[in-house]
Amino acid sequence: MAINLETPKKFKPLIGQAHMVAEELLRPNSRKYDNFDHEYPVELDMLRALIDGMEEGAGQGAGAAGVGQADTLKQDDTDDNKNGTNLSTMLSIIEMCWGDVGLLLTMPGQGLGNSAIAAVANEEQLKRFKGKWAAMAITEPEAGSDSAAIRTTAVKDGDNYILNGEKIYVTSGERADLVVVWANVDPSAGRAGIKSFVVERSNPNMKLDRLEEKLGIRASDTAAFILQDCVVHKDNLLGDPEVVTDKGFGGVMQTFDNTRPLVAAMALGVARAALDELRTLLEENGFEINYDKPAAYQPGAVAEFIELEADWEAAKLLTMEAAWMADNRKPNSVQASMAKAKAGRSGTDITLRAVKLAGSVGYSENSLLEKWSRDSKILDIFEGTQQIQLLIIARQLLGLSSSQLK
Amino acid sequence: MGLGLRWLNNLASSSTIDKLKLRKPTEKVVYHGSKNGFKAAAAAGRQFSAKSKQDKPARQPKADGAGKFDLTPNDEQEMLIEAFGDFAQSELLPIATKSSNDCVTPPEVLKASTELGVTMIGVPEELGGAVEQRSAVTSVLISEALAKGDLGMAVAVLAPAAVSTAIGLWGDADQQATYLPEFVGDDVPAAALAVMEPKPMFDPFNLQTTATKDADGGYTLNGVKSLVPRGAEAELFVIAAELDGAPRMFIVESKYEGISVTPEPAMGIRPAATATLSFEGTKLPKGALLGEAADYTEMIRLSRIAWGAVTAGCGRAVQDYLIPYVNERKAFGEPISYRQAVAFTISNVAIELEGIRLTTYRAAALADAGKDFSREAALVRQLTAKYGMQIGSDGVQMLGGHGYTQEYPVERWYRDLRAAGLMEGVLLV
Repeated sequence: MAINLETPKKFKPLIGQAHMVAEELLRPNSRKYDNFDHEYPVELDMLRALIDGMEEGAGQGAGAAGVGQADTLKQDDTDDNKNGTNLSTMLSIIEMCWGDVGLLLTMPGQGLGNSAIAAVANEEQLKRFKGKWAAMAITEPEAGSDSAAIRTTAVKDGDNYILNGEKIYVTSGERADLVVVWANVDPSAGRAGIKSFVVERSNPNMKLDRLEEKLGIRASDTAAFILQDCVVHKDNLLGDPEVVTDKGFGGVMQTFDNTRPLVAAMALGVARAALDELRTLLEENGFEINYDKPAAYQPGAVAEFIELEADWEAAKLLTMEAAWMADNRKPNSVQASMAKAKAGRSGTDITLRAVKLAGSVGYSENSLLEKWSRDSKILDIFEGTQQIQLLIIARQLLGLSSSQLK
Repeated sequence: MGLGLRWLNNLASSSTIDKLKLRKPTEKVVYHGSKNGFKAAAAAGRQFSAKSKQDKPARQPKADGAGKFDLTPNDEQEMLIEAFGDFAQSELLPIATKSSNDCVTPPEVLKASTELGVTMIGVPEELGGAVEQRSAVTSVLISEALAKGDLGMAVAVLAPAAVSTAIGLWGDADQQATYLPEFVGDDVPAAALAVMEPKPMFDPFNLQTTATKDADGGYTLNGVKSLVPRGAEAELFVIAAELDGAPRMFIVESKYEGISVTPEPAMGIRPAATATLSFEGTKLPKGALLGEAADYTEMIRLSRIAWGAVTAGCGRAVQDYLIPYVNERKAFGEPISYRQAVAFTISNVAIELEGIRLTTYRAAALADAGKDFSREAALVRQLTAKYGMQIGSDGVQMLGGHGYTQEYPVERWYRDLRAAGLMEGVLLV
C-alpha cells in the first residue's frame, strides 16, 4: 500500500503479449493496409483467435471490449485498491497501437460498440451479444460533436422500434456483426430521448451508403449508413427504455468515461512508436540523450525529444489515473477528459514533430513516421474532439451547465 | 515508512500552532540587510559535535510496494498532508504578500514548522528522526501541501530539511552523529543546500566552485553560490563544489573562516531570504566531503523532483483561486467563465497541473523503490519549467489588470513559479 505509478506486476504478461502481437503481426502489415484502403486485412482473423485466447487466459481485455461494468477480472486484491480491466485494457492498447492503430481499430470483436454494450447492457443482452463485434454509430451529417442534436428517430411499434436516419463515421461499420445506433425515441424531450439500439449488421434496412477515404487509419473501414424503416426489437435497446429528463442522456454519455481513456491510450501508442523511432534515429546519428544535462547544453533535437517525452509521460499518467479511477468506481469524468485532451494533442504534436526532426526520412513513405502523424490526428477528434474535452473539463470544474458555457 | 512515536509526541506537545493563531502583529523581524545589501559575516554558528555515534551510517531500506498502481496516500501520509496543509493555509497564505515584500519568513512560522517535524522526516529513527524508512513520496506530499500556501515560505521551511535529508541519505557515521541530532531537537538550525552559481545557463554538473584537497586531509573551498535560502542565518550548508574534476557535496559550517554572505533578493521566493555565499580559501576539515560522486547526481535528480512538488502545490493555489474568480467576475453582462477563451484556459491549467503532479509522484515513487529515476526526474524538470510557468502566467492573465497588482495573489505566484523551472538544489525529497 503505497503510492505507485508503475505498470502493475500482474498485467506484465498480458502487456508483454500485446507488444509481441504488435511487433510480429501489426507493425509488419502497417504499410500494406495503409496503401490499400478498405481492403479487409485477412491477417486479423488469425489474430482474433489469438486475442480471444489471451483474454481467456488472462481474464483481461486487450481491446476495447474488456472495459465496463462486468468486471470479470479475477481479483487478487487484498485491499481496497483495484487494478482491473480498465487499466489492463488501456495499457494493452498502448502496446497494440505502438504496432498499428488502424489495425487495432479494425480488430474483430474490439469495437467501441462492444464497450457500450459492456458498460450498459443487462445480463440477457450481455449473453446474447457475447462474442459479437459491435461498431458504434453516433455521428450524423448534421450532428458531430453535438451528439444531443442527432436526428435519427426510433418510434415504438409494438415489440419493435422503427429507426429512420443517417449515420456516418462508423468505425468498422462494414465489418462488424452489430452496430450500436444512437436514436431519439422522443425528440420533444430533447437529449433525454436519446437511446442506443443494437442493430444487426445484416438488417436489410440499414444500408451501407459508402466508405470514407481518409487522412489516416486507412486499415480501418469507416462506414456511412442509411436507416430506412429499420425494425429493431425492443430487447435490443440498451439501458433504460423510459425517457427520464434528468439522467437519460447521462446514461448514454457515461460510456465515454470508460472509452475516452482507451482512445487516449491509442494516441499514446502511436506517439510512443514515433518517439521510439525518433530516439533510434537520434542515436544512429550521433546524438546522445542525457537526462541529467540541462536543456541549454543539449543539442536542439535532444532537448526537443525530452520535451516531447515529458508530454507523453504526463499524458500516460493522466490516462492511467482515469482508468484506475474507473476500476475503483470513482467518478472520473474530468480525469477521462483530461487524459483524452492531453493524449490527443500530444499524440499529434509528438508524431508531427518527429517527422519534422527526421526530415525527408520522416516525410517519405520509406519510414512509418509520416503514417503515424496521419493516423494520430483522428485520435484528437473521435470520441470527443480536443475542444469538447476542454468544454467537459471546464464545465465540471467551474460548475457550469451547457447553456452557460456553450 | 512508519513515522516514529517521537514525531507524534513532538506534534502533540506543540503549542506553537495555537500560539500562532493568537499572534499579535509581529514586530517586524526584517531580515537584516535585505534592503540595503551590505555584506555580513556568516551566522556565528553553534558547536556541532558528535553525539552517540553509530558504528556504521544509518541507511534506510527501500520501499516495498505491492506492485499495484495506486494514487492513494497511506494513513500516515494523509495525516501529514492534513497537518502541513492546514499549517500552510492558516499560517503561510495570509502573510504571504507581506513576507514576500519583507523578504523574511517570520521566526514563529519556522519554529512551528520544525515542531511539525519538517526536518525529522528524512532522518532515521535510530538518530532521533521520525522515520524508519525515508520516503521521497512523503516529502513530495509535504512540499506540495506547503507550497500551496506559499512557495517562498515553503522553501524557507524546507531548506533545513534538504540538509538533514542529504546527511541522512549520504552521510557517514561521523557526519550523521555530528549533525543529525541538531535537526531533531527543539532548536533546529537554519541550513541550506547550495548548488546554484551566478552563471547564465548554469549547469550543476559543471561547477565553478572548487574544492582542493589539502595536505592535512581537509579541503580548501573557493567560489560563489547564489540564491542560497536563509543564507545569512544558516549555520550549516551542504555546498556543491568540484573536486578532482567531478561535482561533489561538502558539509560546511557557517563559522568556518572565509565565508561571506550578501543578500540576494530575487524576483520571487522572497520569503526564503535568498543570499549569495562566497568562499575565499575556506578551510574545510577532514570528513567534510559528503557522499560519493554518484550521490551528487542523485541529489540533483531528487532536487528536481522537489521543485516539481512545490510547483504542483503552487499551481494548485492558482487553479483554486481562478475558479471562483472567473465565475464571479462579470464582463459583457455575464461571468467571464461563460467564454471559452477563459474556460479553456482553466481546463488547460488543470490538465497540465495534474500532469506535473503525477509525473512528480511517479519519479519519487521510483526513487523510493530504489529504481533508476533519471529519465523521470528529467521529465519532471521539463514539465515544471514549461507548464509551471504557463500556469503562473495564465493566473495573472485571467485576472487582467487586477492580476498585475498586489491586491491579488496571482502576481506573486507568477514570480514564484519562474523560480521552479530554473532552480537546482535547495530542496530535496
